Amino acid sequence: MKYNEIVSLKDALALGLSKAEWKKILKFLKRIPNYTELGIFSALWSEHCSYKSSKIYLKKFPTKGKRVLQGPGENAGIIKLDDELCVVFKMESHNHPSYIEPFQGAATGVGGILRDIFTMGARPICLMDSLFFGSLKDQNMVYLLNGVVEGIAFYGNCIGVPTVGGQTSFYDAFKDNILVNVFCLGIAKKDEIFYGKAKGKGNAVFYVGSKTGRDGIHGATMASESFEDDLKEKKPNVQIGDPFTEKLLLEALLEIMKGDSIEGIQDMGAAGLTSSSFEMAERGKSGLVLYLDKIPLREKDMDPYEIMLSESQERMLMVVKKGKEEEVLKVFKKWDLDAVEIGYVTDTKKVEGYFKGEKVIDLEIEPLVSKAPKYKRPYKKPSYIDELNKEEDIKIEIKNFEKEIIEFLQNPNISSKKPIYRQYDHQVQTNTVLKPSFDSALLRIKGKDYGIALTSDVNPLWCYLNPREGSAYAVAEAVRNLSCVGAKAIGVTDCLNFGNPENPEVMWQFKESIEGISEALKFFNIPVVSGNVSFYNETSKKSIWPTPTIGMVGFIKNIKKVLNYERGKKSSIYLAGEGELRLSSSLFSFHKGILIGRIPKLNLKNEKKLCKFLLNGFKSKAIFGAHDLSEGGLLVSLVELSLLLNSGVDIKFSKENEILFLLGEGGSKALVFGEDNKIESLSKILEVPLIKLGNFNENLFSIKTNNFKFEIPFDDLKDLIEKGLEKFME
Amino acid sequence: MKIAVIVFPGSNCDFDVYYALKEIAGIPSELVWHKEKTLKNFSGVVLPGGFSYGDYLRAGAIAKFSPIMEEVKRFAEEGKPVLGICNGFQILTEAGLLEGALLRNRSLKFLCQDVFLKVENKNPIFLKELKKGQIIKLPIAHMDGNYFCDDKTLKELIKNKQIAFRYCLHNGKIEEENIKANPNGSLYSIAGIFNKKGNVLGMMPHPERYVEKILGSRDGIYIFRSLKNFLMG
Repeated sequence: MKYNEIVSLKDALALGLSKAEWKKILKFLKRIPNYTELGIFSALWSEHCSYKSSKIYLKKFPTKGKRVLQGPGENAGIIKLDDELCVVFKMESHNHPSYIEPFQGAATGVGGILRDIFTMGARPICLMDSLFFGSLKDQNMVYLLNGVVEGIAFYGNCIGVPTVGGQTSFYDAFKDNILVNVFCLGIAKKDEIFYGKAKGKGNAVFYVGSKTGRDGIHGATMASESFEDDLKEKKPNVQIGDPFTEKLLLEALLEIMKGDSIEGIQDMGAAGLTSSSFEMAERGKSGLVLYLDKIPLREKDMDPYEIMLSESQERMLMVVKKGKEEEVLKVFKKWDLDAVEIGYVTDTKKVEGYFKGEKVIDLEIEPLVSKAPKYKRPYKKPSYIDELNKEEDIKIEIKNFEKEIIEFLQNPNISSKKPIYRQYDHQVQTNTVLKPSFDSALLRIKGKDYGIALTSDVNPLWCYLNPREGSAYAVAEAVRNLSCVGAKAIGVTDCLNFGNPENPEVMWQFKESIEGISEALKFFNIPVVSGNVSFYNETSKKSIWPTPTIGMVGFIKNIKKVLNYERGKKSSIYLAGEGELRLSSSLFSFHKGILIGRIPKLNLKNEKKLCKFLLNGFKSKAIFGAHDLSEGGLLVSLVELSLLLNSGVDIKFSKENEILFLLGEGGSKALVFGEDNKIESLSKILEVPLIKLGNFNENLFSIKTNNFKFEIPFDDLKDLIEKGLEKFME
Repeated sequence: MKIAVIVFPGSNCDFDVYYALKEIAGIPSELVWHKEKTLKNFSGVVLPGGFSYGDYLRAGAIAKFSPIMEEVKRFAEEGKPVLGICNGFQILTEAGLLEGALLRNRSLKFLCQDVFLKVENKNPIFLKELKKGQIIKLPIAHMDGNYFCDDKTLKELIKNKQIAFRYCLHNGKIEEENIKANPNGSLYSIAGIFNKKGNVLGMMPHPERYVEKILGSRDGIYIFRSLKNFLMG
């Protein structure tokens, strides 16, 4: 169809708009749009850009706090660190592209989130990734896992931003729709933040970065559709990443931003030039005139429709202050980058686009952005919830304990993620104090005593069984992860991955999940400052498990004085905390093929108590190090602790139900070590239950109970736990 | 006394090296853009790690044509210290200032991990603070670190004492075929080499990443401190 041809309902439906939405367009315009304009409506009214199904629920999140400088609605959220510096962070999904083309899909996910951060004037200092795949028994999953990891490595390593943490899980619910959630955090001076606003009538609008090609056309619309069987056809919808160009763009922009020439700037991310132009004009309460012939093109004969909807990477839209144009161009020239004046700011509250002298776009901004459709979609509790949420816990018989444990430790969900993070440069920029594999990544800030900690968390199995409590658990666990390295939570970004919102059962999962997250965040008093909703994660009508990934940032006052893992080797190992343990819904029972029973009860007060104990313990030097209990229970936590300290352990206990104690999951618990006396007295003061489990033991990993024994040389344990994933990644 | 840290488009360890030199080792340093043509005011030069020109074509293959490289060559010929780290090492081999080449890692994957290095020879410029045979721990982070040269060159390197570091196990054992002892598969487990005169050092591991206790190790400081002492005479 030709770009300036008048369209009909049929065309609107083909671009993913509904009949009601088509009528709404006609009412707004009081005329029939052309094909380019319809494409713009389809992109901006897509779920991905408009949040039309989620908006009314997202309002429930707490977004205010004394450290919050920018909440949701901008390129990224901002939290104040001190009177000088702030952190700028956000998480986003790149699920569909990564499933179609894992390497480029994941790579451009990283590229996109990086741009969100540095357009605001912040230097990105770290990345994290939360990845969810199907079981690796499936050869296609092995291909996707390797492709995604290599794509992330390709982009992050090249641009020189360390990937310091994340999460990787394997459940068959993701086998037809993997999840790739990418988090980025940057540091900026508090008074030198840039926003995505087009302001100042007559100011020039510049296009900077890579040339525009035909890649990624309608990516945002694709992200707002379910998968059917036409995947291969969608390959051209995936963008191609060029981290080298982005590195130049990053350096050039940060150099320009030291001056006073930029009025506003935004990344051309999802829906490319369309979203950046409309959103910037909307935030600036202005209008824009764009000359589409001036856009630098990579391919011949691209028309306005393609130009407006291309999602070619490494591009930005920038409004430059009058008289500063030369200053800006000089810096771009130094970095060998394209920067072209393509239009100017108006006060018409319209975006007007010209092509070969013809006006091809004449659209008011309001209907497309702030007046975009909002839906309160119907919801219904799915029937599986009551079927699966059995009150009675399951019993698991273990005949050959050692054999079963060795098998379990090689389950990719449990085994070491080293074969993944070894491919990521996690040290560049020389700020990484705690490397991947700790509960949280820890970064120092050069020139400051304080540091920041980061974690991302969600247990999709629990969110499936109980979206509300499972999601609240994700928040609680993130807080606990931060506390385990001595950091206090200061802000959250989220990436909410769900199925098709037009399915009432999915909508119910979403609503429950949001409520669970909101309640937990309000309880801990942590604001959400940015985030992303990814719906339509379904293939052939089968939805993924609800997966609200929580990315949490923590603050640590004196980073040099907190952790002391080395000294810890001489102390006892304690289990601190409390809460209900259950085997049903544990990873061990899932590993054994059992998926039934409710998840353990969450008690946020216990969580708060434990975290206070940890933070006080670090501060008073009672605790030298800690590690939380989560998937895999006490046993896996002991194995991980052992690997963190590069030492075996010697654990003895007797319990009525030893399997439950070792492999059950639930509650708010962590392993701690440090000064025995101080730990014991602190636990009494703060009323946190404490059990002494044993000691560190150089060469042998040993757990003995009344009924079971598991002994293995430490070096063998190390090999064993790496093999689980390694064998799929060689 | 001042050291130039060259910034190529795509360098990403430039600031890390600058910070280690200036703030930790206490050596006056400056970031120098690759389009500059003179190193007149400098007494030493570092080519930092990263992905110069995106590693497109081949790691280091395009950076060798940068305007500053003519001057780096002249600098090296005059016997002044030139240190290439990671991508800097790759550029030095591409530019012909060091022998051999860095091929793709044997695993064909990017590797970011700690390695143990055995100091193979003495050197008055870069290794004064280290003893021959000493074991140090530094991190690597590269895709193409698999050192290779022909037999004749290897014999020469050994004979002329041009090998600076070899990958080893924590106990100092060198096992060329063992992936734990020689992770990228380098010939003769070579991690770093000198030119014949000993004033140009190229190494894959990153000394600038381990110069502070808070980051896990200080073993990298020896190299920068040696350089400082040499320059201060």
